[in-house]
Amino acid sequence: MQLDQLPLRQKRRVTSINWAAMPTSEGHRLRSLGLDEGVFVEPLHKGILFWRDPIAVRVGRMTIALRRKVAATIMCAEEPA
Amino acid sequence: MTQTTPLVALVGNPNAGKSALFNALTGARQKIANYPGVTVERKSGRLALADGRPIELVDLPGAYSLIPDSLDEQVTRNVVLGTQAGQRRPDALVIVVDAANLDNHLRFTLELIALDLPVVVALNMLDLAERDGLQLDAELLSAELGVPVIPTVAVRKRGLEELAVALGDVLAKPNNASSDDLLARLITDRKAITAQAHKLARKVVVGETATRQWTRILDSVLLHPVGGVVILFGLLFIMFQGVFAWSEAPIGWIEGGFTALTDAANAALPPGIIHSFVVDGVIAGVGAVVVFLPQILILFLFIQLLESTGYMTRAAFVMDRMMAAVGLSGHSFIPLLSSFACAIPGIMATRTIMDQKDRLTTILIAPLMTCSARLPVYTVIIGAFIPARSIGFGVGLQGVVLFGLYMAGIIGAMLAALLLKRTVTKGSTGSFLIEMPRYQLPLIRDIALSLWQRAWLFMRRAGTIIFVSTIILWALLTFPKAPADSGIPQSQYSVAGRIAGALEVVVKPIGFNRDIALALIPAMAAREVAVSALATTYAIDEKDEVKQASSLGAKLSGKWSMATALAFLAWFVFAPQCISTIAVARRETNGWRWPAFMVGYLFALAYAAAGITYWTAVSFGLG
Repeated sequence: MQLDQLPLRQKRRVTSINWAAMPTSEGHRLRSLGLDEGVFVEPLHKGILFWRDPIAVRVGRMTIALRRKVAATIMCAEEPA
Repeated sequence: MTQTTPLVALVGNPNAGKSALFNALTGARQKIANYPGVTVERKSGRLALADGRPIELVDLPGAYSLIPDSLDEQVTRNVVLGTQAGQRRPDALVIVVDAANLDNHLRFTLELIALDLPVVVALNMLDLAERDGLQLDAELLSAELGVPVIPTVAVRKRGLEELAVALGDVLAKPNNASSDDLLARLITDRKAITAQAHKLARKVVVGETATRQWTRILDSVLLHPVGGVVILFGLLFIMFQGVFAWSEAPIGWIEGGFTALTDAANAALPPGIIHSFVVDGVIAGVGAVVVFLPQILILFLFIQLLESTGYMTRAAFVMDRMMAAVGLSGHSFIPLLSSFACAIPGIMATRTIMDQKDRLTTILIAPLMTCSARLPVYTVIIGAFIPARSIGFGVGLQGVVLFGLYMAGIIGAMLAALLLKRTVTKGSTGSFLIEMPRYQLPLIRDIALSLWQRAWLFMRRAGTIIFVSTIILWALLTFPKAPADSGIPQSQYSVAGRIAGALEVVVKPIGFNRDIALALIPAMAAREVAVSALATTYAIDEKDEVKQASSLGAKLSGKWSMATALAFLAWFVFAPQCISTIAVARRETNGWRWPAFMVGYLFALAYAAAGITYWTAVSFGLG
């Protein structure tokens, strides 16, 4: 399941990230913020008004914000962690 | 041991509490400068070790890794590798890590330890980690890393002495720093380092209990899809009302002080050229600007509070989609909001924007955010022409007009961004990726320190640029002396008056008179000088001492039409009138091309806006 479609408060393990879908620098920043294959993610908040974009996601002990477009390249395990 | 003072760099991830630790270690004895050639702020200070030896401490920009994503991170990397021009390599590092976020911060720590520089790790914000229910084993972490680890709580000054002792110990040991092929190794070892960091974090966290997550609760309110937007705009509105309402009393005190000074000068000096120099030049000019210190400090206070509580990144989150509508991202919101204080730190803050096209666009529109230097201009004109009455609910009309001017700048900036992103800066993908730190109570000591630094910078500006340009203007206005029987006002007869006469031809179509043309020239140095220039001009023309004492606002409302005043305000919403901003834009974009473009488009906008405002007002009978 794509991270952008994961309901709020669902903790899942990241199975794969389509690094090729984003610029190298963005991929690097994503990893710097702790988002990588194998870590656990939990969507906490969705953005404003009708856009519901970007989203705030718990990664490890950090909260990071990212756009849905990037979140769509992050695949999560089907079963809850 | 070398003879020079050892240099120690404070490094760590963003949000590790690095600045608080730096402030706690060095106190108020800080020096703020820029790295040569780049506008990244270099904060340094002195610290005495336990045995009295002094060391120089430098605070490096927060970074996630030695492989830089942004220009800020590049400076940090270059300094620790010893390749930053004009900056010697540090003799030791203090690595600051957030005790509650070891997973992430240990990765950068491992990278830094690999440099083989003498290192001490400050396990910072331990109190917050404990509040979050974490129990850490600092000794185990020290054994695993092979370097000293000192638990610290910077905001409560805990662990500072221990840190200084550990620093003294590591500095005494020989330094065998290396950096050869380190970066190549880091890139290939990225996965291994991450895995090692996670393993270490799991090992040293010896206990974890669930607690109430204040940040999560606050976020559900402040990031609420509708409520979050209302709160953000409400905060901004309060901020701008506060700038006006809370500054009234202190402005009164400062005005009182300058009136007393004028009286003293009138009593002490015989009428003549020296009297004119002191009263019309120095006191009228500098005084007209210094009265705005309270408003500028209130604005900085608000921005500081938003920053230090952790709310600023939430504001970026809330704004991201709206910024995306004009082709930017939430990243641009932080530099743009800082530009309300001053475009220079705003433009410098664009360094954290990863996307270079977005960064350039943000630099180009930053001068449209109403900086605090424009407040004096707005305040004087609004005070003179807009009645101070309430429009209900405790909201003042003057505040509303001020808010409108700020909005005009913002809307102008958004339209400019939209156009720029479709033309000269097109072709970026746009991204928003940011860490949202925990909320924290701001530390009054640190806020006070930064306000003091800001006040000092402003007063230094008033004492130098504004003082000098006021004196030059006074001289240009005073000589040659108009013959007593000519009937021509002195300000027109003087050298300055003749220059302004030539300029008047250009600005007359947009409703500006000769005095305004005159004020626009020195305003290039600093916008607020426009006010002191007008004050000096009108002070010189007043023969009558009673009239002279009346405020600048009272003088203006007698001399300008409403249409001219409104056009003058519209001009200042857009005019790129500050040489420092242009210089910073040049440095940040590596050349004259973009700043020249910026100046050109802003002048065109200012001219058009003032013209439209003037003729609209005239057609409504306000001319």
